[in-house]
Amino acid sequence: MICLLFRQSRNSTQFFQKQFIKPAQKVLLGANRRLHTTRCKWSGESDSGTRINYYSFILSVLQHGEYEWQDPKSADEIVNIIYIDKDGKRFKVQGKVGDNVLYLAHRHGIEMEGACEASLACTTCHVYVQHDYLEKLNEADEKEDDLLDMAPFLRENSRLGCQIHLDKTMEGMELELPKATRNFYVDGHKPKPH
Amino acid sequence: MLQKLLHLTSRRTGRGLSSTALQGERICIVGAGPAGFYAAQLLLKQLENCRVDIVEKLPVPFGLVRFGVAPDHPEVKNVINTFTKTAEHPRLRFFGNVSLGKDISLSELRERYHAVLLTYGADQDRQLEVANEEQAHVISARKFVAWYNGLPGAENLQPDLSGRDVTIVGQGNVAVDVARMLLSPIDRLKVTDTTEYALEALSRSQVERVHLVGRRGPLQAAFTIKELREMLKLPNVKTQWRIQDFEGIAAQVDKLPRPRKRLTELMLKSLEEQKSSSDREKHFLPVFLRAPKQIEKSEMEFSVTELQQNSAVATDQTERLPAHLILRSIGYKSSQADKDINFDDRRGHVKNIDGRVLKSNGSDEVDAGLYVAGWLGTGPTGVILTTMNTAFAVAKTISEDIKNQIFDTKSIKPGLQVEELPQTVTWKHWQRIDSHEQKLGQAKGKPREKIVSIDEMLKVAGI
Repeated sequence: MICLLFRQSRNSTQFFQKQFIKPAQKVLLGANRRLHTTRCKWSGESDSGTRINYYSFILSVLQHGEYEWQDPKSADEIVNIIYIDKDGKRFKVQGKVGDNVLYLAHRHGIEMEGACEASLACTTCHVYVQHDYLEKLNEADEKEDDLLDMAPFLRENSRLGCQIHLDKTMEGMELELPKATRNFYVDGHKPKPH
Repeated sequence: MLQKLLHLTSRRTGRGLSSTALQGERICIVGAGPAGFYAAQLLLKQLENCRVDIVEKLPVPFGLVRFGVAPDHPEVKNVINTFTKTAEHPRLRFFGNVSLGKDISLSELRERYHAVLLTYGADQDRQLEVANEEQAHVISARKFVAWYNGLPGAENLQPDLSGRDVTIVGQGNVAVDVARMLLSPIDRLKVTDTTEYALEALSRSQVERVHLVGRRGPLQAAFTIKELREMLKLPNVKTQWRIQDFEGIAAQVDKLPRPRKRLTELMLKSLEEQKSSSDREKHFLPVFLRAPKQIEKSEMEFSVTELQQNSAVATDQTERLPAHLILRSIGYKSSQADKDINFDDRRGHVKNIDGRVLKSNGSDEVDAGLYVAGWLGTGPTGVILTTMNTAFAVAKTISEDIKNQIFDTKSIKPGLQVEELPQTVTWKHWQRIDSHEQKLGQAKGKPREKIVSIDEMLKVAGI
């Protein structure tokens, strides 16, 4: 609920950041480590989704992506994953528990866009999740599924990167960026192979 | 004129600019919408020394993100933050209020830059091509969107909202946006950046029923699930489907690909639920299998259609729908901003292969150094992701062509100079307009109050 309120508009988020970020940041970052080990009892809701909400909340309090720029504080927090970019190039990346894989990609210069800044309004962070790891992720909610329906080259392992937050079970996970485009060759032109 | 400008530039160069500032490829992008900004982003990244100038007809940037995206979709506009980062890149300059074909010609731009990329989008719309289309109660959805979004020149549209029924022809997401704006409780819109005059007009609106008419059936509906779900959740609005439109649809659901399946399931679920009575005041009325036939006062006549191999074929039967206002929403098309652009009038886009513009001589030969991206090149379809992908692809093509020396990038090109175009709105000027708009909005509890008059924009910018 709180998250939703804060995410209503960028403006209210900015307002909130100005008013409360300084005092709240300390408290929340302090709480951060504790919550990682206790698996978050943020709003008294049951397990699934609450964790995501908590991190979304953290993200809306911090500048977008700021959390991902913090190094892991201990080895316990480290989660190694692999991004595979549009050209098939593999990037091994060390992330940490709670990292949003969209912003983690930004930190490491991997070309994953996030046009709407993780507010579930676009599909520019579409990724394919390695099948073995699909079930370790929180199930996509209705809004994410609605957006995925608009993504070109949708597959059953499609997800939005901005909705994936790392935890220890995701160690070794591979995330593949979809290749290029559709709707481009308007004149029926077929691209020549290189 | 060009000679004079070049002379001015060379004098200036001699006076001050170091020679290193003149190295690197100079690229001009025409149009500061998503295609232009995404292309600029990638060009700056891929070409270390390139310098990019974005020329924009309006004094303000962001194109359809500012003037197309619905005001109640503020999250979509977050992309402005990414574009702003690009705009503040030291190798990028913004030239607002500079119009291709008026203030500067394509041939002048090509003299002054190694490469020119056209991304000025689609500012016209497709016609129904039925009798009486020019009547005052028929307006394009594009103009209506421009009106509530504050596009300069659209503020005097004065749509007649005094009747009960609006008929929208077309079922794409623009059509649904317009329907939502017409049916939304006004308090929901007051906290958005909808222009003040539009809010005022909408608050007096008598519109209670919005018909959304498509030529084909539910399985071909052009709106997407996110937009439909939003409609279904709109407070005080009842969505009323026609049962006969859905005959035999349920049996086909399982065979559909996922996006179409989920959309159809949502329609069927909503159809199922509509049996229960409702005391909601307003109605959203999707109508399938009807093709526009003729326009009359307060009514519109449609041909009943049948699907044959996925396309709609008109039968002899007709139906009239009440329509105090008719909104045409069957697609956008681009216009030819400059006489030298190789433009396909019929399709409404620039002739190109992979974003490389073709020469005007009717051949498949590429006009080296001239490119097109976004709706101007692809035609007006797709969401921001589609535009991003194609803009990135064209930017990559430009980089590759430069690396392969397909056209000259060694000669020194002067680019545009702000001093030569005294009415230019630079990025600093835009920032003044931006903060002024936000301040105006804050007083009313809105993210911004858009300035609509160009003179006012220039005044606020300090020009």
